[in-house]
Amino acid sequence: MPAIKRVVLDVLKPHQPNALEFVSAIAERHSGCLIRITVIEVDEKTETTQLDIQSDDVPYAAIVDSIKTLGASVHSIDEVEVSSAAPSAG
Amino acid sequence: MIAQLRFLLQLTQAQRIARRYFVTNGFDGALTMMGLTIGFYSAETRVPVQVVISACLGAAVALAVSGLASAYVSESAERAKELRELEQAVVGDLQDTAHGRAARLVPLLIATVNGLAPLLIALFIMTPLWLEQAGVVLPLGGLEGAIGLAFVVLFLLGVFLGTVSGSFWLWSAARTLVVAVFTAAIIFLLNA
Repeated sequence: MPAIKRVVLDVLKPHQPNALEFVSAIAERHSGCLIRITVIEVDEKTETTQLDIQSDDVPYAAIVDSIKTLGASVHSIDEVEVSSAAPSAG
Repeated sequence: MIAQLRFLLQLTQAQRIARRYFVTNGFDGALTMMGLTIGFYSAETRVPVQVVISACLGAAVALAVSGLASAYVSESAERAKELRELEQAVVGDLQDTAHGRAARLVPLLIATVNGLAPLLIALFIMTPLWLEQAGVVLPLGGLEGAIGLAFVVLFLLGVFLGTVSGSFWLWSAARTLVVAVFTAAIIFLLNA
């Protein structure tokens, strides 16, 4: 089963929670993830952000669920790194 | 549960609103009690303490219910409007998100603060009246004690406001005391 090592998402979020609270809330729910957020654009009520998530195996579906719970939505998957298990010897 | 509640309060900046409501309606409660007790004090005939307590209690309950209902109705409407605007901005349904939960929960919390503030402050100001009714001997009479306590509470609300705003607490407290003295003077003048 291939493991998702890294995924970069384009996320539209409301101003609140702010970027720090937003990634902290996601990180609290998914231990073992390194999450980086970059605010790309700020509009009147929303922010377009890029979320870079790294882990031994990124729990993608659960993270998207957390993002939605915080009032944000995933617009696109911009980058993905997947690692497949090495074939067993013999 | 508490962490979740704190997160929702942070999300909606509701702490500031609750604090504002606490001071506003707490001030209402203190000033109303002061007005009532000064009204009884300046009346020509001395009214039994039981009557004063009943009148003050009635006013306190009315202020609490009014605060509860008015804050809930207005905050619910405000939160529903904000949520609708946010839903339009993110082009999605936010009912099952933290924002949706906050829109339902925060009006309840703010209404509770708005209702309890005048009630608790009024009950505190009425303490000398309860004590007099219970037969406790006070250095001042029950009415005089309640009036004094109302001034103290108004002074403390001023101190609290000064601390919140970061201005000189004594100046802020002096302003609330001026309002109290002005109100008392009007009542005395009208009863003269």
